[in-house]
Amino acid sequence: MKYVDEFRDGEVAKGLAVAIAAEAKPSRNYSFMEFCGGHTHAISRYGVADLLPANVRMIHGPGCPVCVLPIGRIDLAIRLALDRGVILATYGDTLRVPASGGLSLLKAKARGGDIRMVYSTADALKIARENPQREVVFLAIGFETTTPPTALAIREARRQGLKNFSVLCNHVLTPSAITHILESPEVRQYGTVPLDGFIGPAHVSTVIGSRPYEHFAEEYRKPVVIAGFEPLDVMQAIRMLVRQVNEGRAEVENEFSRAVTRDGNLKAQALVSEVFELRRSFEWRGLGEVPYSALQIRAGFAEFDAERRYQLTYVPVPDNKACECGAILRGVKKPQDCKIFGTVCTPENPMGSCMVSSEGACAAHYTYGRYKDFPSEATA
Amino acid sequence: MSTVRKNYVRPLDFKQGRVDMSHGSGGRAMAQLIEELFASAFANEYLAQGNDGALLPPPAGRLVMATDAHVVSPLFFPGGDIGCLSIHGTINDVAVMGAQPLWIAASFILEEGFPLGDLKRIVDSMAAAAREAGVSVVTGDTKVVEQGNADGVFITTTGVGVVPEGVLLSGDRARPGDAILVSGTLGDHGMAIMSKRENLSFDAPIVSDTAALHGLIASLLETGVDLRVLRDPTRGGLATTLNEIARQSGVGMLLSEAAIPVKPVVAAACEFLGLDPLYVANEGKLVVICAAADAERLLAAMRAHPLGHDAALIGTVHEDAHHFVQMKTSFGGRRIVDWLTGEQLPRIC
Repeated sequence: MKYVDEFRDGEVAKGLAVAIAAEAKPSRNYSFMEFCGGHTHAISRYGVADLLPANVRMIHGPGCPVCVLPIGRIDLAIRLALDRGVILATYGDTLRVPASGGLSLLKAKARGGDIRMVYSTADALKIARENPQREVVFLAIGFETTTPPTALAIREARRQGLKNFSVLCNHVLTPSAITHILESPEVRQYGTVPLDGFIGPAHVSTVIGSRPYEHFAEEYRKPVVIAGFEPLDVMQAIRMLVRQVNEGRAEVENEFSRAVTRDGNLKAQALVSEVFELRRSFEWRGLGEVPYSALQIRAGFAEFDAERRYQLTYVPVPDNKACECGAILRGVKKPQDCKIFGTVCTPENPMGSCMVSSEGACAAHYTYGRYKDFPSEATA
Repeated sequence: MSTVRKNYVRPLDFKQGRVDMSHGSGGRAMAQLIEELFASAFANEYLAQGNDGALLPPPAGRLVMATDAHVVSPLFFPGGDIGCLSIHGTINDVAVMGAQPLWIAASFILEEGFPLGDLKRIVDSMAAAAREAGVSVVTGDTKVVEQGNADGVFITTTGVGVVPEGVLLSGDRARPGDAILVSGTLGDHGMAIMSKRENLSFDAPIVSDTAALHGLIASLLETGVDLRVLRDPTRGGLATTLNEIARQSGVGMLLSEAAIPVKPVVAAACEFLGLDPLYVANEGKLVVICAAADAERLLAAMRAHPLGHDAALIGTVHEDAHHFVQMKTSFGGRRIVDWLTGEQLPRIC
């Protein structure tokens, strides 16, 4: 497949692996966090970690939209579907996120909720047009990548005069999450989470550009390399991070220059700020309340805001006590450190959100890498 | 079979007519549907007995029986339709046991309002597939449900076949050291359905691989090689089939990603929709597990058959208490090819 195979070439990967091993100093360890679930998935699916020297370690970050969605927000959506009888449209992975009372959107669907999976916001608008007598709510989730399509849907709904369409907005912001991790005691007081640098988001950066990361690179002295989601992108980014660490630099570098510019997509940014504004605070699963880390719909578009339309009040719900998703999302623990990983909590029956999406750290390790937890099977 | 006298009833209108509740009521309308459509399409001596069940002669050998419900959406897709699929699917379940398929029972759930013309296309396609495969549809049933309670037509088929002496195929017979073969490219059926559903168009359209595999299997049995396991990797794709075999046999497997045949257009469609071809359904492919020493001979036999041109050796069986199916990635790493979680593609067959 053209334009894809070039970025998955095993021979090039071998060359990069040799270069990384040669440049990484044996006298020290390198710990890099890949923020995005897309990178986590690529690392696990292609076996990137197998090509890295033992002293270069990847920590999975919180950049999986489904994983950071707190239980209380899913509960709001379930209640809309079951109690208010709305058609609830959302992206596929969201359906399986465990919520309160043993429910998930998928289980609510089996109980009679009209919950539909859509591939795009355009599909949600179409449902609203085709069902004028029904209320349609789009459960919007995701980072800066999925925000512009939601903004566009809201603007389109107004243009088309749709009276039965609204959005339950859960859009969150990458830079605030990274800051939150850098400010966490585990990172600041050194020790628990050694963090030598970040692999910066791919798709998010196409929208917001590379500029927003300049602040952490400088302020927290952490190198950031923005990388594409293909496995060779990840390898190249790791090599660039190793170099920055070796040279004592902490800069924002852009490996994904084929898609990311310093300023990003200005048109998309303008669209987002026309429809959305900053939320004072938002709960992230695993990170807790993070100030100014999410978006809400501006008052000018209030009629399309499901929270206003149905006067929803958010009730936070604590995670399952045994679930370590919080610590895993902050990079403090690894999936296999969690007592219920692979026993009570599996992709078929996820207890925590990291096990739900294929981009989640637990699901990725379970699905692709758990044989490594059994040394005898890793050498067969 | 029917007491309806010809010339007293208008023939079924296959141009404008639609299924209505009376077609499932047990009355004349039903008798007419059976006579003018099913009995004439499937015509054979057992069906002609006109009884509630078919009276069949006892075949020599052990019997295999398999059943399969078909609910595919859309009903017509590039390379086939629910009709031929419902014949191929059941023949293949019988054939992978090493059996020669003989007879099929077919049961239809029709939705009120379904166009009779479409039903005729489907039944004709079934009849053609059965004829080509040398099996007879010997008995059947038709029910009609109210509009909204089904999606056009659902077809359940049950097949009976006979296994020759000395043939023993079972999912628990894979042994460490064995070779894993596939008969051709993976994911064609599922992506043919998905490209139609998602309105994806490609320069070379993706066509379902739906086919009856008993001919290919017979040519493998003729080699006299000890075949351990045969399976057709339908729903859940190759990954699911191999995990089932690994668990049943209590072994592990190691695949080589580079050796697994996938058509470029299927790979592209999967990439586009975020799917993994290893988990996408096939309807005319075979997974073969055999002793490593026999692999080349079986590959040659497969490649000599029209349904096995792209046959390939894709991996080996080894000891593993956890029954992991692992894969060396083309990228140079290694990973698990796990059981499918949840539903990747609903209503694919």
